Amino acid sequence: MSDKTLLEVTDLVRYFPFREIQGLRMVKASVRAVDGISFSVQEGQTLGLVGESGCGKSTTSRLVTRLDTPTSGKIVFEGRDITTLKESQLRDIRRDIQMIFQDPYSSLNPRHTIGSILTTPLKVHGLHKGREKQRVKELLELVGLNPEHINRYPSEFSGGQRQRIGIARALAVEPKLIIADEPVSALDVSIQAQVMNLLAKLRDELGLAFIFVAHDLGVVRHFCDQVAVMYLGKIVEYGDKRNIYERPEHPYTQALLSAAPDINVARGVPPRERIRLVGDVPSPIDPPSGCRFRTRCWKAQELCATEEPPLVESTNAHLPIQGRENGLHLQACHFPEIKPALVAEVPA
Amino acid sequence: MSAAIADQIPNTAGEAHNNGDVVLDVKDLTVSFPTEEGLVRAVSNLTYQARLGRTLAIVGESGSGKSVSSMAVLGLHNMKRTRITGSIMLDGEQLVGASRSTFQRIRSDKVAMVFQDPQSSLHPFYKIGDQIAEAYRTHHKVSRAVASKRAVEMLDLVGIPNPQRRAKQYPHEFSGGMRQRAMIALGLVNNPKLLIADEPTTALDVTVQAQILDLINDLRKEFGSAVVLITHDLAVVAETADDIVVMYAGRGVEKGDAKEVLARPAHPYTYGLLQSLPSHSEELEELKAIKGAPPSLLNLPPGCSFHPRCAFKDLVGERCWTELPEWRPAPGINNRLIRCHLEDPVGTIAADEEASR
Repeated sequence: MSDKTLLEVTDLVRYFPFREIQGLRMVKASVRAVDGISFSVQEGQTLGLVGESGCGKSTTSRLVTRLDTPTSGKIVFEGRDITTLKESQLRDIRRDIQMIFQDPYSSLNPRHTIGSILTTPLKVHGLHKGREKQRVKELLELVGLNPEHINRYPSEFSGGQRQRIGIARALAVEPKLIIADEPVSALDVSIQAQVMNLLAKLRDELGLAFIFVAHDLGVVRHFCDQVAVMYLGKIVEYGDKRNIYERPEHPYTQALLSAAPDINVARGVPPRERIRLVGDVPSPIDPPSGCRFRTRCWKAQELCATEEPPLVESTNAHLPIQGRENGLHLQACHFPEIKPALVAEVPA
Repeated sequence: MSAAIADQIPNTAGEAHNNGDVVLDVKDLTVSFPTEEGLVRAVSNLTYQARLGRTLAIVGESGSGKSVSSMAVLGLHNMKRTRITGSIMLDGEQLVGASRSTFQRIRSDKVAMVFQDPQSSLHPFYKIGDQIAEAYRTHHKVSRAVASKRAVEMLDLVGIPNPQRRAKQYPHEFSGGMRQRAMIALGLVNNPKLLIADEPTTALDVTVQAQILDLINDLRKEFGSAVVLITHDLAVVAETADDIVVMYAGRGVEKGDAKEVLARPAHPYTYGLLQSLPSHSEELEELKAIKGAPPSLLNLPPGCSFHPRCAFKDLVGERCWTELPEWRPAPGINNRLIRCHLEDPVGTIAADEEASR
C-alpha cells in the first residue's frame, strides 16, 4: 500500500433540476443529490461510503466513474482533471475506473454468453489481441468459476456466480480503481461471505483501490480502510474505520451504528443503548437550513438551524486509541461528543 | 412416521415456557409445483407452531421455502399449479384443501400478511384510508363513515403523524417507512390473531428498520396476537424473536428458542450461517463462508440436503448422503430439535469454533 493519491474529489455537487407546476406557475427546482463533498482515495486503499437511501452515495459513485457529469466541483484521477472530459476522451478513464453493480440479474446482458460479455471490454480497449479467449478463461479462473462455462448464458448461473461474472468483467481491463455499488446486498448470507472473500483476495493480489458503497455497516467495517458517512448529500463524518466505528462523534453516525440490530444479543451481550431517530429523511429538494440532520437530531439548537457546520478535524483526533496511530477523523457537527456507551462495547 | 415423532417432541420438550395458545399449527406441510422440468419441492414436511403473544422467526436463504410455506397459510398459491399436502390448522380450522371463500373469510380477519415491498403491495390507484376502510368493511357491517374513522385510528396507532390528512393521500405520497406502517395498519385493521411479516424491513433503511421492528413488537404486545417473522437477517431475529425455525432447501433443520439457537447452534447449517457474518470475524480476516451453493429444488441431493456443503459430513460418513435425518432432540440442550446425523453436534460445533479462534 502506498500513499500515492489515486483519486481526489473536491466540492463535488450534482443537482438534478426539474420543473413543477405549483398552482398556475411553473416553478424550477432541483434535487440536491450530492451537495459539496470532498474525499480522496489512496492507491490500494478502500473507502466505504455509507448512508441511507437517498443520501447520494450511488450518485457519487456514478459521478466518479463519470457515468454522470457533476454540476460543479472537481474530480482528479492520477493528477488528471476528469470532471468535464467528453465521452471520447473518457476511454482511458473507463479502463482505469471500473464498476461492480448491485443487481447481478440486470447488469449482465441475458442474450450474450459469458465469453462475449468478458471479451467485449478486451476488444474495446484492444487488450490481449489474438488471445482474448485465453484471457477470458484466466479471468473466470481468477474469480472462481469454471473456465469451461465460457459459452453459457447468464441465466444458467446463480446469483453469486453472476456477481462473480460482474467482477470478472470489471477486472478484464486491469483497472486501478473499482467502484462497487452494494455488490453483495442482493446475495444470500452464505454467498455474501464467499463474494466478500473473493473481493478481499483480489484487492490484496492485484493492489486494487476500492470505493465500496453499502448500507450494511458490518460488511463495510470488515472490508474498508476508511469510511465516509453521508446524510442528505453531505459527508457528516469521514475518517479511518476505527475512528468511525469505535468513537463516532457525529450524532447521525452514532444513531446509524446503534440502530443496526446486533446478533450478539443472543450471546447474552446486553442490547446496546439504542438511539431512536424519529421521522424520515427530509426531502433533498428542500433540505433543512443549517445542519441537514437537525430535524431528526436530539441535540439540535438554534445555531444548528442558522449555521451549517463545516467538515472539520475532530477535536479528539490527537487522543490515541489504545496506543494506535489514530489517523484521519473529520466530522461536521456543532456539538460533537463521543458517547462512552458506544465506545465501551467495542471489544479490545 | 416423521410427523408422529415431530408431534410428540415439541409438546414434551417445549412445555417449559410455552405460554400462549397455539394459533397456527403446521404439520408435515409439503408444497410442490409441477413444472416442465419436473416437480419442484419448495417445502417438504415442514412442521411448526405459532403461539399467541410470541414471535416465531422462520429463517433461511432464498429458495429455502420460507415464503412459500407462509403463502400456503393464506391460500395465495394458484391451486391449479400447486400441490399442497399435510395440515395447516389456523385457530382450529383446516386450511389445506380449503375453498376460496374460506380463505376470503380468514384473510385479514384471522391472519394478515405484511410483504417485503410496500410499494407494490398497496394499490397505487386508491387512497390509503380507503384501502384500509375497504378491508374493514369486508369483515364488518358498518357504514363508510365508520370504516373511514377506523382507518384513521389505525394510521394513528401505527405512528403515522397527521393521520386525518394522510388517510386521504395515495401510496406514492408516502415514504418507504410510512408505506410499511400503512401496510401494517391495513393488516391489523380487523385485529387478526396471526400476523405474518415476510421480510418486512429488508427494503428499508437501518434507522427505519429499527422503528418498524419496534412497532411490530409493540403491537404484538398490545393485541396479544402471534407474529410469524420471515427473514434472512439473523441479527433481526436475535433482537425480536422468541422462537425460531431454520430452513434449508424446503425443510426445517433446527428449531428452538431463538436466542439460544443463535448463541449455541446445534445444526451445521445454522452454525455456518452464523460464522459467515462479518460481525463475527475479526476485521480484515477472511470470512468463514459456507462453501458451495444451495441445491436445486428440482433435484435435491439424497440423504440430508445440506450434506454437499457440510463441513462435518466426514465425521458421520455414508448415512449423510443415504438417509434423511429425522427430527430429534439435540443432545445436551433442552427444548431444541435438529435434523442431523452427527452424534454430538453441540460438542463438534463447539470444538470447531474453539479451533477456528
